[in-house]
Amino acid sequence: MTLSPLSRRVLAGLTFGVLALIYLPLLVVVANSVNPSQSMTWPPDGVTLEWWRRAAHSAGARDALVTSLQVAVIATLLALVLGTLLALALQRYSFFGKNSVNLLVILPIALPGVVTGIALNNGFKGILGVDLSIWTIVVAHATFCIVTVFNNVQARLRRLGTSLEEASADLGAGVFTTFRLVTLPQLRSALLAGGMLAFALSFDEIIVTTFTAGNGATTLPIWILNNMFRPNQAPVVNVVAVVLIVFSILPVWLAQRLSSDVEAAR
Amino acid sequence: MSVTSTSPSDTRPGRTTDPALRGPVARPGSRLLHRMVWLRLSLLLSAPLAWMVLVYVVALAALLITSLWSVDSLSSEIDRSWTLDNFRTLLESEVYRNVTLRTLGVAAAVTVVDVAIALPIAFYMAKVASPRARRMLVVAVLTPLWASYLVKVFSWRVVLSEGGLAEWTGLGSPGYGLTAVVITQAYIWLPYVILPIFAALERVPDSLLEAAGDLGAPTGMVLRSVVLPLLVPGIVAGAIFSFSLTMGDYITVNIVGGASQMLGNLVFINAGAANNLPLAAAIAMIPIVVMLVLLSAIRRTGALDNL
Repeated sequence: MTLSPLSRRVLAGLTFGVLALIYLPLLVVVANSVNPSQSMTWPPDGVTLEWWRRAAHSAGARDALVTSLQVAVIATLLALVLGTLLALALQRYSFFGKNSVNLLVILPIALPGVVTGIALNNGFKGILGVDLSIWTIVVAHATFCIVTVFNNVQARLRRLGTSLEEASADLGAGVFTTFRLVTLPQLRSALLAGGMLAFALSFDEIIVTTFTAGNGATTLPIWILNNMFRPNQAPVVNVVAVVLIVFSILPVWLAQRLSSDVEAAR
Repeated sequence: MSVTSTSPSDTRPGRTTDPALRGPVARPGSRLLHRMVWLRLSLLLSAPLAWMVLVYVVALAALLITSLWSVDSLSSEIDRSWTLDNFRTLLESEVYRNVTLRTLGVAAAVTVVDVAIALPIAFYMAKVASPRARRMLVVAVLTPLWASYLVKVFSWRVVLSEGGLAEWTGLGSPGYGLTAVVITQAYIWLPYVILPIFAALERVPDSLLEAAGDLGAPTGMVLRSVVLPLLVPGIVAGAIFSFSLTMGDYITVNIVGGASQMLGNLVFINAGAANNLPLAAAIAMIPIVVMLVLLSAIRRTGALDNL
């Protein structure tokens, strides 16, 4: 198949055009974070660092950030353990009901967030009778984060095959020794990639969180949502948004380095 | 429950099965595990399966039961006698029918827009761009995926609202409404659609395309009868994401959609302000049924492995 130079140029133009469109709204937020006007009209009136100063002193934003980090870390750790166990079971064994288990793992992200949210909300309050808190958020987030770890680990296991583990067993290593010294090191980058995705998913999640947080805890997305429409807080939200955009580059860069390491090692 | 190990090792001839010959490293517990496949499997499965069933399956089942209850209009307490009233309301009231159709329409529109944009971009990334450019493009597409969802919705509100960038450029503001919802949703879920299609394209070997070209197939034909069939699982996986994510979203609709409500908004309002949890549960059954029908329909395409 040969593409004509024209169609190549059209494809390139389309790609970079869409990319420009993808970054345009983000740039608008950046511009507005230094816009002295509170109403966020375009074009900006000038440049000010007032909102940045106010954001740095916003206790609400800081507390919400800490809560979000705590939730994301615990949910990610839970997802790492549960997702890895599931991937090992489903990739290395065949058993009755395997397809149903597979579907069950996908369900929390395949079903719309509002469904997962209200189901868990009803489950916590109606069945268990627990108050909504940071822990109900953690349980909810871990449930839909399992699948990202599961997918990454399963894909890696599929590529690895079992020969090294068999060799280890033949040489006399026990099940746990083989896992610790042979399987786990080979899974490391898959676990890191899956864990980072799970962390991002949890850190950014808002729909399930509104249903499972109640008044018990405020994550950063909830804080943003609550303050977005308050006239004297909206510019501070802008600043928080810019900080989030800047920090989002870090994990992407890391993930990219990780995957290129994998390619080099293969 | 029949349990077999997929690892070929256990049946391989010449393999030592005598524990005494297995060396001194393996402890008794480990030796037991090595021999009993079902024990290993149930140890692996028990924790995650218990979590998924206790947290999620039970919650979904309870939601179904709740949708069969009702709320006493006087005391606003939940009446736990079984009734199909909620579902009757959903079927008979024009409001719910309209909202359902609107939600499905918006979700379908977002999905079509995203797949249409994602196909050429993913193709350019995977098959045209140089390896160096490819890596940069992947980063460029991925970065907004990590930027906060609310930030993106917020920025579209800023762009599309009156006095915003869209009006300033002379394009005019679509105002708050379904157009703004479709634009914003398509924007937010685009990376989720590009990535599986890109991944599927990367797996298509270049030699296959060259062979098709060498055998005389024109470019359009290669794309249609060689590339496209191989992309179906990736496209379906991306479509499932954008469709489901759009169908369950109510926050974007609140922020850029104005008064035009979707199913998510009705669930949220009934579960919260309107204090009618059974009705909210019944409404939530609509997207559940839609997704289950979709998932079972696409199961054969192998797309579920690509999620």
